[in-house]
Amino acid sequence: MAKRQKVLVLYLKFPSLEAEVISWATFDGTGKKLHMTGDTDTPPYPTGLDALLDGWRLFQASQAIPEHPGEEFRTSYLKHEFFFEKLEEGDF
Amino acid sequence: MAEFASSGCLFFDELIDEQTNKEFLDDIGHTNIDEVDSVQDFYKNIKATSSIPRIPAGTPLKEAFPKNSPLDKIFKNEVVEGAITSLVGSKTIVDHQFLHITFPTKYFNQANQRQMSQANHQDSTIDPRSTFDVQLFYFPTEVTKEMGGTRYHPGTHLRIVNENAIAKYQNILGQKSIVCKPGTIGIFHSGLWHGAGVNFSENIRYMFKVRLQPTEKQELLWDPEKKYQPLPNRALFWTDETKDQTINDILMRSYPWQEADTNRLDKINVVKFWRLLTGHKKMDVDYWLTRIENELY
Repeated sequence: MAKRQKVLVLYLKFPSLEAEVISWATFDGTGKKLHMTGDTDTPPYPTGLDALLDGWRLFQASQAIPEHPGEEFRTSYLKHEFFFEKLEEGDF
Repeated sequence: MAEFASSGCLFFDELIDEQTNKEFLDDIGHTNIDEVDSVQDFYKNIKATSSIPRIPAGTPLKEAFPKNSPLDKIFKNEVVEGAITSLVGSKTIVDHQFLHITFPTKYFNQANQRQMSQANHQDSTIDPRSTFDVQLFYFPTEVTKEMGGTRYHPGTHLRIVNENAIAKYQNILGQKSIVCKPGTIGIFHSGLWHGAGVNFSENIRYMFKVRLQPTEKQELLWDPEKKYQPLPNRALFWTDETKDQTINDILMRSYPWQEADTNRLDKINVVKFWRLLTGHKKMDVDYWLTRIENELY
C-alpha cells in the first residue's frame, strides 16, 4: 500500500484556529479529485478547529511579523495561513 | 464613485445595444463552435480579419479605434465615456487591449489537455502608486454561470501584491463570477484580484479588455464643478441606525474575505483613496485617520 498526501490550506479571520475560514485551497495527492481556483464558494470547514476535529493535522502556521516602520497601513497578502495534511493509504 | 472606491469595480448591464454587439461578433468572425478546429487558428483568423487594431502602448484612447468600428461605438457610448472620464479623465491613453476567449471542454479534450480555471491574480506587476488605471471589460454575448465568467473579489483593489503570488488562494469568501446579458460593461480598478473561470458550456466565451491610464491627477474628474463636500463626523459604535445610508456607509463597507485586524487597514486605505479622489486632504470617515493623525509629539 502506498501513502499519498492531501493538503488543506486555510486562511482564517484572525490568528487562532477558532477563527472563521475566509479563504481555502485543497490539493489532493491521491489524484481522486482535481481542485482548482473558484471551484466552490463555501469553505470546507467553518473554522480551523473544525478541520482538526475532522482529522486534519496542522503542520505549518504563519508567524506574527510586526509591520515595517512607515509601512504600517500597507495591506497585501492574507495573513493568517494554516497548512494541514492528511495521509491516505491505497493503491494509487 | 464611492462604490468604485470601496469595491474596486462597476458594472453596467446590457449597456451596449444589440446591433453593436452583432457588429462586434461579425467583425471577429464569431461562428458555430463546430466550425472551429483549433484555438490557435481561431485567434489567427481574428487577428487577420477583424477591425481590432494593433494599438501602440500610450496611444490616446480617442485615436485608438477606427471610426464607426464596433469598438469606436462602444467607447463613444455616453455612459462608457462618462465613466472613463470620471475615473481616468478625458485624455486617457491605452496601455493594452486583448480579446480573451475561453473555449469549451471539447477543445481541451481534443488537445488532451487538463481544463483548469485561471488562478487568482492582480494584473501587471507590483503597483504601489496612488494613481490607478482601469480595465474595461466588454461582454458581447450572454455569459451564463456554466460559461465561467470572470471571477473577481470586490474590495481587494487596494491590497498591494505581486501579480500571480495570490494564486495560492483557490477560493476566497465572497468571490463573485460575472454572469451577464450581452452588451454588459465592467470596469475594474487595475488592482482588483480576478481570474477567468472554466467554460463548461458548449459555446465560446468572449471578453474584450482594454487597460486605460490617466494622464492627469484623478481628483474630482467626476465632479467638474468641484462641488463635493465630505459629510460631517457621525457617532461611532453607539450609533443611530435610523439614519439613511450615506456615501460613508458605502466607503466603510466590509467584505467577507477581510481579516478582523486588516479589515481596519482596508478601511483606512479606502479613506486615503477617497481623499485622493475628492481632493479633500483632511477628510475622514468614522475617525479612522483623524484618530491616528492626532500626534502631539
